[in-house]
Amino acid sequence: MSAAPQKAKAGAEKIDVTVSAVVPLNELVTRFEFKAKDGRDLPTFSAGAHTVVQMNDQGRTRLNPYSIMSDPADTSHYAISVRRDDEGRGGSLFMHRNVKVGDEMTITFPVNLFSLDLRARKQVFIAGGIGITPFMAMIAQMERLGGQWELHYSVRTEALGTYVQELSYKHPGKVHVYYDDQSQAIALEDLLDGQPLGTNVYVCGPKGMIDWVHATASAAGWPDANVHSEEFTKPQPGKPFQVRLCKSDKVIDVGEHESLLEAIERSGVEAPFLCRGGACGQCETDVVSFDGDFIHRDHWLDDDQHANGSKIMPCVSRFVGKSLELDR
Amino acid sequence: MIADAEGAEAILELAAQDPDLMTKSHIIFIPKGTNYTQALRDLKPAQFYEGPSYEAAVQRIRHVLAEAKMGLQVYLTGTEGLMGQAQNEAMQAGIPHSAIQTEHRGSVARRMQCVHCKGITEDVITDPFVCSHCGLNLFVRDHYSRRLAAYQGVCIDAEDPGNVPEPQELYT
Repeated sequence: MSAAPQKAKAGAEKIDVTVSAVVPLNELVTRFEFKAKDGRDLPTFSAGAHTVVQMNDQGRTRLNPYSIMSDPADTSHYAISVRRDDEGRGGSLFMHRNVKVGDEMTITFPVNLFSLDLRARKQVFIAGGIGITPFMAMIAQMERLGGQWELHYSVRTEALGTYVQELSYKHPGKVHVYYDDQSQAIALEDLLDGQPLGTNVYVCGPKGMIDWVHATASAAGWPDANVHSEEFTKPQPGKPFQVRLCKSDKVIDVGEHESLLEAIERSGVEAPFLCRGGACGQCETDVVSFDGDFIHRDHWLDDDQHANGSKIMPCVSRFVGKSLELDR
Repeated sequence: MIADAEGAEAILELAAQDPDLMTKSHIIFIPKGTNYTQALRDLKPAQFYEGPSYEAAVQRIRHVLAEAKMGLQVYLTGTEGLMGQAQNEAMQAGIPHSAIQTEHRGSVARRMQCVHCKGITEDVITDPFVCSHCGLNLFVRDHYSRRLAAYQGVCIDAEDPGNVPEPQELYT
């Protein structure tokens, strides 16, 4: 591969894998492990990386990003943990109901949008619920490097505390668990106060938690560059709408339960993507003309771009109005 | 707050805007022949230190940074050499350069590294200049190293020794 900038293409390179383990952890969360179909080691990744899992759900292709939670030093397999979302669009339900040991699946090469700053003097991890998954890999990496870290992990109940026992047993002094049903909450201001200079904080969890950590750290004088977060937005259903794709000369309909990106792909037009969660910026698409309102849901475009309607992130954002033309 | 020479004026202006700032401030000042020390002391900062040179003050800067907690704000003002070197210390202590505030005051002299002998010449005000270590005639480049806190000086008469243009004062 050359060092030249690569043309944006439809997703990262793909890997054919076999499901090597399916481990239910509690009522909502199940771990899935993948090995390469050809038996060789999987590509190297760094902690915080995710992979996009391709599901063939009765002819419909579902592509969901999941953080890789296994130890980055062990590339004999990748592990992801999937929280079942009964109200969701069906990807997690498909994983829980249909995926069995021995199944052949396709996943993408890992992409890291949430990497550790290894210059940091200390790492503070803040997880909410299933947001624990990237930290499982980060903790493995930090333990191997001998770096300083601590985890603050908020879960709903003891029964839903995914990996709480394993983490508390292995790292008793570093793991702090907070149970919602026992009215325990992370004392964030106290936690941020007095951390040594050069500490980095990482947060993965619900949007409210991420915003809270950013705002609290900023108010305490922390530089923005020392506060890292990752949130994959799920495409939300919405009213169907019609889009003209100029370059491809096609008019497509986006259904209520599919994303604009999925509708583009269904029409046979190749569109770039990586995270499918509004975070990476790969699917950024120019708007040629529009008459209506955008429903922007990404974390990539800035407020001006959201307001002026010049661009849209088709993986998570939608449109309501008379007409929309895209440069795709 | 770390300042040298006319950088004191920036601190005096800040204190005039927000006198409360001083109750939380630690000022490290290197006068470089100026007379701002008493005016800075009169601001009654939480801590005040005057050092005879940057080299003498760097021990204290390192100690302060090593003991500091997140939330510390670093403000550097004065010459480029002072700001660059102190920024380097702050970055090594874990503050991203984008979070360090700097305000240039006073001399426009550059801190130069000779690419040939690696020696640093402080307060260079002409281009070309003579390396204070190896004696080569050096051209003042705009290539700056954040790690070294210095601009790059390259031999100007390598092909034709002795053919050295008349030195010009920088930024004139």
